[in-house]
Amino acid sequence: MTDAQSCDLKRTPLYSLHLELGGKMVPFAGYEMPVQYEGILAEHLHARDQAVLFDVSHMGQARLTGENPGKALETLVPGAIYDLPDGKMRYTVLLNELGGILDDLMVTQRGDHLFLVVNAACKDDDFPFIAERLKGQADLEILPDRALMALQGPTAAAALARLAPECAHMAFMTARPLAVNGIDCEATRSGYTGEDGYEISVAADRAEDLARALLDQPGVKPAGLGARDSLRLEAGLSLYGSDIDETTTPIEASLGWIVNKRRREEAGFPGADTILGQIAEGPARRIVGIKPDGKAPARAHTEIQDGAGNTIGEITSGGYGPSVGGPVAMGYVKTEFAKPDTPLQLIVRGRALPARVIKLPFTQHRYYRG
Amino acid sequence: MADVKYTKEHEWVRVEGDIGTIGITDHAQEQLGDMVFIELPDVGKTVDQGDEIAVIESVKAASEVYAPIGGEVVEVNEALGDEPAKVNSDPMGEGWIFKIKIADSAQLDGLLDEAAYKELAEGDA
Repeated sequence: MTDAQSCDLKRTPLYSLHLELGGKMVPFAGYEMPVQYEGILAEHLHARDQAVLFDVSHMGQARLTGENPGKALETLVPGAIYDLPDGKMRYTVLLNELGGILDDLMVTQRGDHLFLVVNAACKDDDFPFIAERLKGQADLEILPDRALMALQGPTAAAALARLAPECAHMAFMTARPLAVNGIDCEATRSGYTGEDGYEISVAADRAEDLARALLDQPGVKPAGLGARDSLRLEAGLSLYGSDIDETTTPIEASLGWIVNKRRREEAGFPGADTILGQIAEGPARRIVGIKPDGKAPARAHTEIQDGAGNTIGEITSGGYGPSVGGPVAMGYVKTEFAKPDTPLQLIVRGRALPARVIKLPFTQHRYYRG
Repeated sequence: MADVKYTKEHEWVRVEGDIGTIGITDHAQEQLGDMVFIELPDVGKTVDQGDEIAVIESVKAASEVYAPIGGEVVEVNEALGDEPAKVNSDPMGEGWIFKIKIADSAQLDGLLDEAAYKELAEGDA
């Protein structure tokens, strides 16, 4: 890394804590972020076994207010937002006019406003886009002075409940204010690992106190972006910029469930013709889970062929799944090859490696449904 | 005593007679992180100095291993098939990757000794 690059990189409020904890810092989406502490494998397995804490303060947080901010936001996303009950949250996507995905985001109904969390690499595009497109209907207030952390794993609830007992009864995809060790936070029961857990938004100047309080709990260790990526891949969760982008639609990405009955009937979102057409007739390609038969990982951009050697798609995320104990991947294939158990060939360093389509996720989700 | 030489690409070669045992350095394994797969060369394959000969994959990424010297591959470390993490835990011992019958020992003269490699690795960190 050159000095010029590191000078341009931003730091989260937990930067000095990362260094203290031995985090290996790398550039990511314009920030210096920890890719790992003790090691990706150990952190990944700890998240499946106990609990880990991720700093995700690089992500964009904002509030959307107005007479009916949900109704306004529905002009940009295919999800049902305005009728979302208070304290509930939804995963949705910002769409372009062709039905391609500009970003994926979490939207939480907080009564007098909607709380949005968008990807770090997209926030500088998303926020001006939303503000401009919703001008006159809703006001966007960006929250640069808030940190965000994710506590994830089967013992996350027990760990957080020691500091904030009310968190125990929250169901998956719900939100509430929470005083954690006396620190005012906004918590959601959600995450990006397939495990139970929370994402906690807190004022930047209290972030380190909160992180230390959480890391003081028995069984909670810090984890970096490396484990975050391997955990989400095993959980079959798409990564923006790899598995989904402006050239993929939610239907191709197997995210059709985010368009509910009302939105399918009303339409009125960007790219509705394309998306509703793909819902009715099926997309020409579809994202699938891919399990290589052997031990060699197949990384992003690996060509996928059918048995006869015809190109039928490309891997978009691939690597080693520590909980699976072998290589795992996701990628797009022509729809006729998308059925589970379909044999595929992955072209890795010039060799065709046998693989199979597998129903996602690789590791079962363990969300707390209440 | 066996003579160990190093490359700028972070391989080591331990020379005993006309056989060179080759692996990656502790610095390299530290940088790459947890190993999950090692693609070993075929025994009997002949390589030139600097040829890409093996691939090591960590959780993060795939990296090439280059032949520090030319010759014929005479043995590979099959144990890495089940335990690639040996490259992390013992990179210069049980984590060796392959052995080469050295074609031209004069090629060894162009490699780094321990002190020179140490300087390079420290500058890299």
